[in-house]
Amino acid sequence: MLVPIEWLKDYTDINVSTEEFCDRMIMSGSNLETVEYFGEDIKKVVVGKIVKIEKHPDADKLRVCRVDVGEEDMLQIICGAPNVYEGAMVPVALHKSHIPGPLHGQPKQEGGVKITKGKLRGVESFGMICSAGELGFDDKVVPVFIKDGIWLLPDDLVPGTDFVEAMGIKNAVVDFEITPNRPDCLAMMGMAREAAATFGTELKYPDTQCQNETDEKAEDYISIEIKNPDLCKRYAGRIVTDVKIEQSPWWLQKRLMYAGMRPINNIVDITNFVMLEYGQPMHAFDIRQLEDSKIIVETAKEGEKFTTLDETERTLTGDMLMIKDGKKPVAIAGVMGGLNSEIEEDTTTILVESANFNGDSIRATSKKLGLRTEASSRFEKGIDPNLCQAAADRFCRLVEILGCGKVAKGTVDVYPAVEEAKSVDVRVDRVNSVLGIDLSREEMVSMLEALEMKVEGEGNIMTVTPPTVRQDLLEEVDYIEEVARMYGYDKMPVTLPKSNTEATKPETWVLKDLARDTLCAMGLDEIQTYSFVSPKGVDNIRLGEETWERNFVRILNPLGEENSVMRTVLTPNMLEVLGRNYSRKLESAKAFEIGNTFFGSINDPMGLPEEHDALCIGLYGDGADFFTLKGIIVELLKIMGINDIEFIPEENCGAYHPGRCARIMVNILDYVLRHKDEIDTTDPEALAPVELGIMGEVHPDVAEKYGINTRTYCCELRFNIMADIANVEKAFKPLPKYPAATRDIAVVVDDDIPVGQMVSIITFAGGELLEDVKLFDIYRGEQAGEGKKSVAFTLTYRDPEKTLTDEEVTEVHDKIVNALTTGVEAVLREM
Amino acid sequence: MKDQLNKILQNAKDKLEQAKDRADIEDIRVKVLGKKGELTAILKSMGQLSKDERKELGQAANKARAEIEQLINNKFEEAKEAAKALRFKKERIDVTEPGKSIGLGVKHPLTITIEEISRIFMSMGFSIAEGPEVETVFYNFDALNAGPNHPARDWSDTFYINDDVLLRTQTSPVQVRTLLKQKPPIKVISPGRCFRCDTPDATHSPMFHQVEGLVVDEGITMADLKGTLDSMAKQLFGSSTKTKFRPHHFPFTEPSAEMDVTCFKCGGKGCRVCKGSGWIEILGCGMVHPNVLKVGNVDTEKYTGFAFGMGVERIAMLKYGIDDIRLFYENDMRFIEQFK
Repeated sequence: MLVPIEWLKDYTDINVSTEEFCDRMIMSGSNLETVEYFGEDIKKVVVGKIVKIEKHPDADKLRVCRVDVGEEDMLQIICGAPNVYEGAMVPVALHKSHIPGPLHGQPKQEGGVKITKGKLRGVESFGMICSAGELGFDDKVVPVFIKDGIWLLPDDLVPGTDFVEAMGIKNAVVDFEITPNRPDCLAMMGMAREAAATFGTELKYPDTQCQNETDEKAEDYISIEIKNPDLCKRYAGRIVTDVKIEQSPWWLQKRLMYAGMRPINNIVDITNFVMLEYGQPMHAFDIRQLEDSKIIVETAKEGEKFTTLDETERTLTGDMLMIKDGKKPVAIAGVMGGLNSEIEEDTTTILVESANFNGDSIRATSKKLGLRTEASSRFEKGIDPNLCQAAADRFCRLVEILGCGKVAKGTVDVYPAVEEAKSVDVRVDRVNSVLGIDLSREEMVSMLEALEMKVEGEGNIMTVTPPTVRQDLLEEVDYIEEVARMYGYDKMPVTLPKSNTEATKPETWVLKDLARDTLCAMGLDEIQTYSFVSPKGVDNIRLGEETWERNFVRILNPLGEENSVMRTVLTPNMLEVLGRNYSRKLESAKAFEIGNTFFGSINDPMGLPEEHDALCIGLYGDGADFFTLKGIIVELLKIMGINDIEFIPEENCGAYHPGRCARIMVNILDYVLRHKDEIDTTDPEALAPVELGIMGEVHPDVAEKYGINTRTYCCELRFNIMADIANVEKAFKPLPKYPAATRDIAVVVDDDIPVGQMVSIITFAGGELLEDVKLFDIYRGEQAGEGKKSVAFTLTYRDPEKTLTDEEVTEVHDKIVNALTTGVEAVLREM
Repeated sequence: MKDQLNKILQNAKDKLEQAKDRADIEDIRVKVLGKKGELTAILKSMGQLSKDERKELGQAANKARAEIEQLINNKFEEAKEAAKALRFKKERIDVTEPGKSIGLGVKHPLTITIEEISRIFMSMGFSIAEGPEVETVFYNFDALNAGPNHPARDWSDTFYINDDVLLRTQTSPVQVRTLLKQKPPIKVISPGRCFRCDTPDATHSPMFHQVEGLVVDEGITMADLKGTLDSMAKQLFGSSTKTKFRPHHFPFTEPSAEMDVTCFKCGGKGCRVCKGSGWIEILGCGMVHPNVLKVGNVDTEKYTGFAFGMGVERIAMLKYGIDDIRLFYENDMRFIEQFK
């Protein structure tokens, strides 16, 4: 809401600087976006009179003007605008002047433009004749009659006088941010009410009293009928005869321009002026076009066609409220008038409409038609029906003041159910206790009265009746806010809540923290990517047609296809990030993300999808390989107390290298034992190993899709399951009292025997005395033989109760060797 | 024999003087003090002497022996030190060469910011609560007193899954869930992702993070709201930070406010960050609207509360001077590693 300070002063005294005005208005609840100071950056611009115009010798579109700027010599100025004429009063920027700009056809320049004399196509020009745009007015507010040319000034100005002073250009315009609860502030009167209450000044109402009404009566010109009173609370009409359509006087044009509206002609300008003043949209009909002298407010016929003022034919639906005359529709109520009843140059008698339409209906109509106007957006937000009469009267009074018509007596006013203000009981002690302050009843009453509220009752109870424009005040708490802002938030004390509460975190929050800390400690950086993704991601990572990852939760109104479904896996986002880093020539990247994945659910009573935490790790470069990633995963799982894990080769996941991919399985017996009260241990399913996720070297075709031309490693883990079975409880085990014995063992086996299998055999055969198995070498080559490998382990033996003898160790060790020989045909190598 | 002793002593001294390393010294030791050494020979020959002479010479010989031993030990010590010094000289390194990186990773700046905010609120007794990113219209709007025509409900503002389900536009639904689950006193914050239909540009992102908070108890006042958030701001932005509360409007709170903090770049003098005003808007807050408390069946006469919400990206951008919100989701490692 643009509020020109000079205009606001019509309704209440403002005796402070603009800065202080803004500061105090902000603190009383009128937040503002910006303040614009018009005229401050116009220097050395004067009123000039064009005395003579000649053609430019070398340019068809340029003309050489001789301009009287109040000095002895005429100034020669070259001008390209088509609308200059001899005798025209124009703003002239002199040599070494400054204007805000932008220059015609050029982009806006920070800090404005300096004008100096110069030559245009060989002819000297000692200044510039300016358009309104060049003097700092937005194109959309420049009056219609000078829209495409030089600013033509009123004829009664004196050449040579300062333009800014002569036209009264200097003005501060404050752009207030009006919140949806305060549509009453979308009007100068509303802002004036706030200002008066803030500064303790008097609120002055506009002059609505016509002085020279004619003997004719409005009701002789028009009859009004409301057929849908639920959609139209009130319809008031007044009649103006002997209308002369012309330009509005400059003082009125100026106000509209500062308030962001384009002056068009006196009648339209007055409707806009009154709308800005009261917040009441108005519309003027040419009475000649209203057949049967009738206005009927009723819904449209389904499918009916209607052409609006903007010369667009629109198809109506049966729920749209229309203004009709005796025969046809003439306006879409509260949205836009019809081309068929538009005011024209020769219009002599008009009906001015001041009506109140249902906001929801207007919103629906406006949305359906894709037609949002100043009027419709105001009706949508809600307007006080009691404004109709005053606004209509104000319109007529301004017609009188401007002398552009004669006002007929009376108003045809259909107002079936008069709306009255609702009073609310407000408790003084409640106001104080909610705000933590201690005001007296008298103090509160004077604050509320400053806002034009009536306060009755006594003692603790204030029975408050607001002005009807304040449709936001419905219950006690609304008045608590009124007192709070009038008192000043800054004056309220600063305290802390008295109660002590225990600060807790969800279990998963703690585990996510732990996982992040652990992964960062291992050199991984955390990334965060969008929860909504492209459905193509699962294609890019070559997941099969039937995979569950394709069961997307879809967004009905996405920004684009690339953000149209909720992610079911994190891997595509991870690869995209790695690809981006790779393309930016980063030699290596190690990253992880912990985030939600989403799955459509038929079980949720509220229809919400399931959300599962997932963890994705991605690496390339810096010597990273499969086992780097595996090491990271194992370490993380260990930190989370998940130890009994197995990596099962997986050849059929499209995302990964078929020879370098593993499913990560976890044996949950330990977890089941810890939760045996909650888990049915007779169910074999409950005891089966659980898949935690998948890891591997990214398939080269997939990497290529993401523009990565190097070996890349990735894993996707179901963090929600990890969190479920995590065991971060630590328990102390006594340190060993007796020494350990270590023996190395090296065997040759077929190359395709997995080391994991060998470790299992060793562990099983070693029994309780075997404390640890460590792989220390794998050798493939001549000495091992073709298709063979030599695998070497260090085995640690220990008896917690005594020192082991050589014989005892040898006995177990031989058992292990035998087990390997029978299990995987291992051949012992001499160490 | 005494002369002989002196000679031996002098000779040993001279030789030790010239000894170059441990081997030379050892050599001298063997020659003088060894089983077949010069001094040992004298001691062996003492048997021929008289008792008195033996006593006298024995004393002198022992004295000479002690002296030589001392000399040898000193010389050994000296040689050891010299060898060490030589080794140190050889082992000298260039300490200006770069260190071996342990290569710690770093959390995402948004995580760091959320953790910091959470830590501050937890120190004031707030618990952390989480909720789903895909929410019901009821929790996201209806229960939060947003009227049926509230503009935020528009398809142009909010992402919908269907008529009843949407991507939450704020983390306030978690507060409603908390109100329904828990009886006062309630003190929670809910950090998390939110979504609004904004085309990404330098200051807008269709996905962003919020930390919202809720306090409900007997006797909670607007002064408590001011105190809590003022304390939070001082902890987050520095103890000299001042706060300013301006009236505002939100459907779920009344009275509502926006909180500004003194610009932490210029301290309130006015600069580019605060656009010259000296203040930066940080969060929205207010006293919980009775209609919201009623959803949780809270006795609105007995209990009052306050709520607040802040954008994590905004705070991180201001704190670190980040000028483009899209950087958070681009995940260029060079960006993320700046927050180590």
